[in-house]
Amino acid sequence: MSTEMNAKIEQNQAAIRFSGVSYRLNDVAHRQILRNISLDIHTAEVLVLLGRSGSGKTTLLRLVNRLLLPSDGRVTVAGRPTSDWDAIQLRRGIGYVIQEAGLFPHFTVAQNISLVPGLLGWPTERIAARVSEMLRLVGLEPREFSGRLPRELSGGQRQRVGVARALAADPPILLMDEPFGALDPVTRAELQREFGALAKRLGKTIVFVTHDLREALLLGSRIVLLQSGQIVAAAPPREFLRIDHPEVRAFAASLLAAPGAPL
Amino acid sequence: MSPVHFFVTHWSEILGATLEHMTLVVIAMLIAIAIGVPLGMLIVRRPAPRSIAMALASVFQTIPSLALFGFLIPIPFLGGIGKRTAVVALVLYALLPILRNTYVGLTGIDPAVLEAAEAMGMTPSQILLRVQLPLALSVILAGIRTATVITIGVATIAAAIGAGGLGTFIFRGVAMVSDAVILAGAVPAAALALLADGFLALLERRLRVS
Repeated sequence: MSTEMNAKIEQNQAAIRFSGVSYRLNDVAHRQILRNISLDIHTAEVLVLLGRSGSGKTTLLRLVNRLLLPSDGRVTVAGRPTSDWDAIQLRRGIGYVIQEAGLFPHFTVAQNISLVPGLLGWPTERIAARVSEMLRLVGLEPREFSGRLPRELSGGQRQRVGVARALAADPPILLMDEPFGALDPVTRAELQREFGALAKRLGKTIVFVTHDLREALLLGSRIVLLQSGQIVAAAPPREFLRIDHPEVRAFAASLLAAPGAPL
Repeated sequence: MSPVHFFVTHWSEILGATLEHMTLVVIAMLIAIAIGVPLGMLIVRRPAPRSIAMALASVFQTIPSLALFGFLIPIPFLGGIGKRTAVVALVLYALLPILRNTYVGLTGIDPAVLEAAEAMGMTPSQILLRVQLPLALSVILAGIRTATVITIGVATIAAAIGAGGLGTFIFRGVAMVSDAVILAGAVPAAALALLADGFLALLERRLRVS
């Protein structure tokens, strides 16, 4: 399935395309979360969605793997609107990492990582080999960690397993929603650095949500800034801070205010 | 006659009543679980049926047990004199704790875990069987444990409608004004409740995932 998605993504330059997408809540007030978003996310880029809480960045992410469907406009993944995709098939081809990892507490590390390959019907030996490969990829020794339960891991280790789990079935697209947000600053910096290097090596299309400008500058090949459900700025990290927009300046100010920020 | 003497001379009769009592409880519990757990799963995402089911189950619990047995006697098929009526009443009593704990257990799961399960492409039935039920199991079991202890107690009253069990001694003892005979029913019933509670508590602890 993911090879089919890979092939389609190679044919189309944009791995993910938002065309005139709006999203309104289905509540009484019909609160508008996203307004008229148009955005191409290219194959193998690391696109960072930056914004304050409530700016709509998580909603944007959840539209990609059809956890949500747009109220207007359409989201296209591998050349096909998400509304045409079978949700289950689509999701199995897209890795997903969230804050606190969301690991299954009753599964061992190995069982967590092998979940999607198992759903896809991989043979057992291939899954076992893949689990070890993924654990090494995220810097955890398979023999030590395979059999552990999530509660026997530190926050940083859990997040590493979360990344390993998302990558296990080799999906062409990876969605990450503030994956390092709940970690202590030292561990966060460590994981950001390692993940930055990993992302370059993997060549996957990555959409990364954060409210941390430092993280965005460090990891993104392009930064898209959201404010009240609209895109207000989009640029590669090098040019981003030069954009003349009040929200960009607000984020830049937060960078200077942060103690010990050397950027 | 001292209670000990009564126990010694009537031990086989007491043992028979204990087995009869256990049979009533086990059958009632199996039926209550077979109804309560699936019903609890069904109402998780359906607010209207949830309030109806919870309200009904609560109403049954508020009816005094002796009255409930009495009410059931004239009802065709379910009622009458004997074991069947007793089982029906016991099921109605056991339903609420099982239903409520199934609901609480399923709704108490970390939303991040459920979001991850959905985002990874698990189907709703896979999420239910491989994530929700295993994670809710210890809470559901706690409900089953409460229901079992209640049922063992209430089942003593079933003797009033001819269902047998340990209540036979209690009613007979009350009629005879004999502590020894009452204790011959009450002590084994209490022991059964304690044993069931201890065993299920142990099981619950082993299945807990934190």
